[in-house]
Amino acid sequence: MSSPVVHPHHAPTGFIRRYIFSLDHKVIGIQYYFLALFSVFLGMSLSVLMRYHLIYPDAKVGWFEKLWPTGAAGGIMTPELYLSLMTMHGTIMVFFVLTTAPQSGFGNYFLPIQIGAEDMAFPVLNMLSFWTTFLALCVMVAAFFVPGGAPLAGWTAYPPLSAVGALSGPGEGMGQTLWIISIAIFSGASLMGAINFIATIIDLRCKGMSMMRLPLTCWSWFVTAILGLLGFAVLLGAGVLLLLDRMAGTSFFLPAGLLVNDQILNHKGGSPLLWQHLFWFFGHPEVYIAILPGMGVASQLLSTFSRKPIFGYKAMVYAILGIGFLGFFVWGHHMFMSGMNPYSAFAFSVLTMSIGVPSAIKTFNWIGTLWGGRIRFTTAMLFALGFVSLFVTGGISGIFLGQPALDLYFHDTYFVVGHFHMIMGVAAIFGMFAGTFYWFPKVTGRFMNETLGKIHFYLTFIGVYAIFTPMHFLGIAGNPRRYADFTNFDFLGKLLPVHTFMTHAAIYTAVAQLIFLVNLIWSAKKGKRAPDNPWEATTLEWTIPSPPPFDNFAGKHPVVNHGPYEYSVPGAPKDYTMQTDPA
Amino acid sequence: MAGSITTDIAGGRGVPPVVRDFGGGDGDGGGRGAHRRAAVTGLLVLLAASVMLFAAFTSAFFVRRGMSNDWVDTPVPGILWMNTGVLVASSLALELARRALRSGRRIAFNRYWTGATLLGVVFLCGQYAGWRQLNDAGIYLATNPSSSFFFLLTCVHAVHLLGGISALGYIDVQALMLRLGPGKRTAVDVSAYFWHFLDGVWIYLMVLFLFWG
Repeated sequence: MSSPVVHPHHAPTGFIRRYIFSLDHKVIGIQYYFLALFSVFLGMSLSVLMRYHLIYPDAKVGWFEKLWPTGAAGGIMTPELYLSLMTMHGTIMVFFVLTTAPQSGFGNYFLPIQIGAEDMAFPVLNMLSFWTTFLALCVMVAAFFVPGGAPLAGWTAYPPLSAVGALSGPGEGMGQTLWIISIAIFSGASLMGAINFIATIIDLRCKGMSMMRLPLTCWSWFVTAILGLLGFAVLLGAGVLLLLDRMAGTSFFLPAGLLVNDQILNHKGGSPLLWQHLFWFFGHPEVYIAILPGMGVASQLLSTFSRKPIFGYKAMVYAILGIGFLGFFVWGHHMFMSGMNPYSAFAFSVLTMSIGVPSAIKTFNWIGTLWGGRIRFTTAMLFALGFVSLFVTGGISGIFLGQPALDLYFHDTYFVVGHFHMIMGVAAIFGMFAGTFYWFPKVTGRFMNETLGKIHFYLTFIGVYAIFTPMHFLGIAGNPRRYADFTNFDFLGKLLPVHTFMTHAAIYTAVAQLIFLVNLIWSAKKGKRAPDNPWEATTLEWTIPSPPPFDNFAGKHPVVNHGPYEYSVPGAPKDYTMQTDPA
Repeated sequence: MAGSITTDIAGGRGVPPVVRDFGGGDGDGGGRGAHRRAAVTGLLVLLAASVMLFAAFTSAFFVRRGMSNDWVDTPVPGILWMNTGVLVASSLALELARRALRSGRRIAFNRYWTGATLLGVVFLCGQYAGWRQLNDAGIYLATNPSSSFFFLLTCVHAVHLLGGISALGYIDVQALMLRLGPGKRTAVDVSAYFWHFLDGVWIYLMVLFLFWG
């Protein structure tokens, strides 16, 4: 039986080719994971600073001034610095964490193994994709250190603010330019990654691995790659237009007669809304780029640790496809405030609501999978359950925001902040935690510490609800978002204790993440040794040694005879049937 | 039955049926066949991304054109007609080259392929001349929205074309050094498909400039 190998290559011996410029999808996956790990701690640190400033806006902090001599002169954070922290927090989290770890990290490591291939279809492109992402991160972080500092325009970079240049504020000069360049580079890297993922899944599946035998993780990586392919191409184009407006004097997004800081600009005829259309055509699918891989991991784990087949495999596949497809037709719900035609808003609203159907299918099927199962409450399973909880919580608030009449009120309030952090932020991150605990034994040959893991889970689960649930109430009470200081508004005075509570919750939750970091590092060195299939799971990665050999299957070519979730099969000798077991 | 309520809840067999479907899975081959299929798939996916990029620009083009009164049509430089002919000729030469390769006429392949590559370079030089003609007429990138889109779209197409010329050039060097073995036939086909795609995009852009410019 010939093996579907595209680029057979041999294990390199030199350190640089083995660990730095490696062509091995597993090393590249780990590189992506650690890039995201660095980014998530950086992004989280920024959010803690923001939360601190919100309850102590007048606090003098000596090291603020050392870090930001102009942004925090005298140790007091300026509103501009607050906005730059907000911009960089959102950007780093969305692009370098949520887009990077679930898809490029876990997907790179496990996709080829789960489909029985020796590597990705284009290993060189894969390596280039990672190093291009790394370059994008360097350019983004460099924005902190240029004159004026990091940009202020948010992760959505709305013009005119983002297009006018240094005239509109500190950070809007070189900082914003670097932001756009970084995002353009990142878009290129994502396109390279998407090409690799799609070609690999379509063409490198081993014998017997039909599309309907793919683990749901692979389906979610596949659809995510398609979303990235179509979305990032548009973002790249929008970024080019924005850069031209800033640097070449064009007027794509800048209207005539724009008065900024007492100066009339020499642009005419452009439309800031054009940017919003282009951005959100990418931006809404981006939400699914972040969350779909988490759905795949949750499906995989709920089935494995319930010792039951996934409930409604086909329905789950069609739901993933449905979410991906519909995701391209709802960008307008981010723009209900833009004065769009009410009929357009109605259409976008109905389409937005319709995404609730495949989302509900997934949720009910997860519950159906758990129903009557013999559940093993490992840390990985707890995080998968936490994912489902956060997905439902964040999804329900989305139903409110999808209605134009309600969104007009909620749009610029903390309700939105609570909503997207629940569903896009922490749900996706719970998917990453679940994946880390589940696959750690395969990557290292050792377990992560379960006691530390469970302490980390409960602190984080309670912590994120404590941070983000009150935001919904703040939003209902009319608390605006993006403000650096609420102390000067009478109507917000009574809400300040809620902010104080949220800030404390954020600090405790952030500190709790150190438990995960310690667990990760300690377990890699000293963790309990794990057998090749510690969870008694069925998919192909559990048929090979831990850590996997360089070419994954050590020269053997797997043949798949079973679906991915055959647990508790009546009459079978054990409660799980590996995909490679004889038919 | 996969997905039925009774069997799923009871923990019965959830075995999805085996269906032979698209792609290289199901063990219908490996080695070079899979390599070739993956390369073609990769190209198609890349083309999809390019289509989305040009679609985004086109969308912006029409939105921007329809929303203000500062749009002044950009005259299409005459040399672009010649360039169009050059690009179409290069695509034809590539097809003749592939036909020659299939029938084993290596010398003819080298001639046609080299010719196509050179025509690609001529096209790029022609584009540069077209930009200069517009500059000489006082039309620059930021002169008005129409000229902004003209320079933008032609430049983005030219960047794509640089990639295409690199691919054609690589194969040309391999062919002239007698290193174009059977393993590189996929590269020949994929490069040609990409070039034809750029041909199509250029004709599309010409139509855009001529009718809505």
